[in-house]
Amino acid sequence: MAFLEISGVKKHFGPHPVLAGLNLNVDEHQVVCLIGPSGCGKSTLLRCINGLEEIDGGEIRVHGDRITGPGVNVDALRRDIGIVFQSFNLFPHMTILENVVLAPVRVLGQSRLEAQDRAMALLKRIGLEHKAKEYPDRLSGGQQQRAAIIRALSMDPQVLLLDEITSALDPELVSEVLNIVRDLAADGMTMLLATHEMGFAREVASKICFLCDGVVHEEGPPQEILGDPKKERTRGFLRRIIEAKRL
Amino acid sequence: MTTSGDKTHPSAIGASGDVALHGAVALTRTFHAGTPPRNPLPLGLVALLVTGLVVVASWATLYEVGMALEAVQAATPLAEAVLAALGLSAVALMVPAARAVRLARAAITAQAVNDLIQARVKGAESRNSSLVAMGFAGALVVVLLTVLLFVVNNLAVSRVFFYIPLISSSFWLMVKAFWINIYIFMVAEILVLIWGLVIAIARMAPGSAGRPVRMLATFYVDIFRSLPGIITIYLIGFGLPLTHLPVLKDLSQESLAIIALTLTNGAYTAEIYRAGIESIHWSQTAAARSLGLSYMQTLRYVVVPQGVRNIIPPMLNSFISLQKDTALVNVIGTIDAFNQSIIVASNNFNLSPVTTVALLFIAITIPQTRLVDRMIARDRRRMRIGGS
Ligand SMILES: Nc1ncnc2c1ncn2[C@@H]1O[C@H](COP(=O)(O)OP(=O)(O)OP(=O)(O)O)[C@@H](O)[C@H]1O
Ligand SMILES: [Mg+2]
Repeated sequence: MAFLEISGVKKHFGPHPVLAGLNLNVDEHQVVCLIGPSGCGKSTLLRCINGLEEIDGGEIRVHGDRITGPGVNVDALRRDIGIVFQSFNLFPHMTILENVVLAPVRVLGQSRLEAQDRAMALLKRIGLEHKAKEYPDRLSGGQQQRAAIIRALSMDPQVLLLDEITSALDPELVSEVLNIVRDLAADGMTMLLATHEMGFAREVASKICFLCDGVVHEEGPPQEILGDPKKERTRGFLRRIIEAKRL
Repeated sequence: MTTSGDKTHPSAIGASGDVALHGAVALTRTFHAGTPPRNPLPLGLVALLVTGLVVVASWATLYEVGMALEAVQAATPLAEAVLAALGLSAVALMVPAARAVRLARAAITAQAVNDLIQARVKGAESRNSSLVAMGFAGALVVVLLTVLLFVVNNLAVSRVFFYIPLISSSFWLMVKAFWINIYIFMVAEILVLIWGLVIAIARMAPGSAGRPVRMLATFYVDIFRSLPGIITIYLIGFGLPLTHLPVLKDLSQESLAIIALTLTNGAYTAEIYRAGIESIHWSQTAAARSLGLSYMQTLRYVVVPQGVRNIIPPMLNSFISLQKDTALVNVIGTIDAFNQSIIVASNNFNLSPVTTVALLFIAITIPQTRLVDRMIARDRRRMRIGGS
């Protein structure tokens, strides 16, 4: 039994199907990368997994427990499934530290001191402890995204969903964010990430899934998908990526 | 990313061949700024004439004011000195007119020696001076007419609205009654802040379970926004005591007025809150919910604190109109400043006490409107710099 089982998931916006019976398994401590053309539903899939979107068909299970459909406590579910967005989405009216401790204090009921200690330790680990008292606007994009990752980690999630977390960043800021993800992968964090950074996907991924037409069109280990894809659509996608010098 | 990028490139438009963005048309054009300037002298002379007449008119008006002061035995040496000084300074109006004529002469001289650029510069300066002179003259005419309105007919207007002896004898009475207005709007503003937020949140209650709540809140807002405030005050002020309901029937008139004003203004305030809350991008909600915060926690810690920042100026505006609406409580007989002033006015057949109350309202409102203006300007600046 896989840690995260996605079976036959359907989702449409209006008449337009975005996910058309998608199947995908993620094992514990695996890092699974989702690649695919813009608009193929990577973000939608991630948002469905942590309940930000309701699915129209199929089911999603974590540890064999069904997390979709009626009767699921989505607030409890989201404590265990962290997500980091492309646009950071830090709360601009709170300092970095307040951003990080908000959920542990209000949701997990930790004491403020306890939460702050932990937050400072996490911020220190990524070298942002001196920015703890700053507001997000005063930070660079890379620093904001690193803080957003720490905010998600502050809830001690069992799995982390990362949605193109470097797409909004200047090229020279990308590596500082990817380094954190690399560390997390080395620590054994289970992660599902949508990305356009093929080089990075090749390096950290246990498995790469190419999404197309609302399903996983092809999946396999990085060297296979990026080096020698079997399906024509995957090849076409990679050719365009290489033309754009992204691989 | 790679597939849709090239379609919007500007060169794609040129390549399709139907529109030239910048073409040979420009070559056949000439500039027309070099034509000889028009003669600015007539305008300058007109300005001189107009300002001269206005100066004479202001002397005449000041003379009338002097006579009126004498009639009420207020023609002190100080007052006369002030009038004389005003008469002298009126002459300053002719300075820009005279300058306009001088510049016009310079322009004509320059043109005579074919110095077109100099002629144009002097001509433009001259015309500008003429317009400045006539603009000030026009404004002064309005002021003079207003002053005349106050002094004609043996100071009739002044006596009716600004009868100093009555104003000073009733002043403290008005100020004391004005405290009732202040008390009513202070309490109502606090209640409105809470009540409006409750209604706003009810109007946005999520899901199908929230539907009845939404409908009820929308109904309330619709009703109380359509009702004239004075009718609400009348119905509540006279109606509630007649119901013989416990507690409600024993409320003081001020409390009833506060309830009525809160209900009316709360409907507007709810809409302001709602606009503020809806202006917060949904990604903030998504981020908060994905951390496990509940719907209410998300509102409480993330959405409302940000939304409220955007609505301080419209909220202050709404408060100002609430403050002025406190004068409406006179329909249920509350002795507020307006009602008190009406009583004194009718006892004395003179409206000056009402003027006092009007001035009191102006005195508390203008600072607040300036504050709102300043906040709006600050917000604009922040956004232009590119704040969040
Ligand atoms: N809330 C929504 N309402 C309507 N349509 C939506 C909504 N969210 C996404 N879509 C549509 O669903 C499709 C998939 O969107 P999604 O954001 O999941 O793509 P993506 O693979 O993440 O693309 P990208 O690589 O550009 O981020 C798109 O066609 C998009 O227009
Ligand atoms: Mg996306």
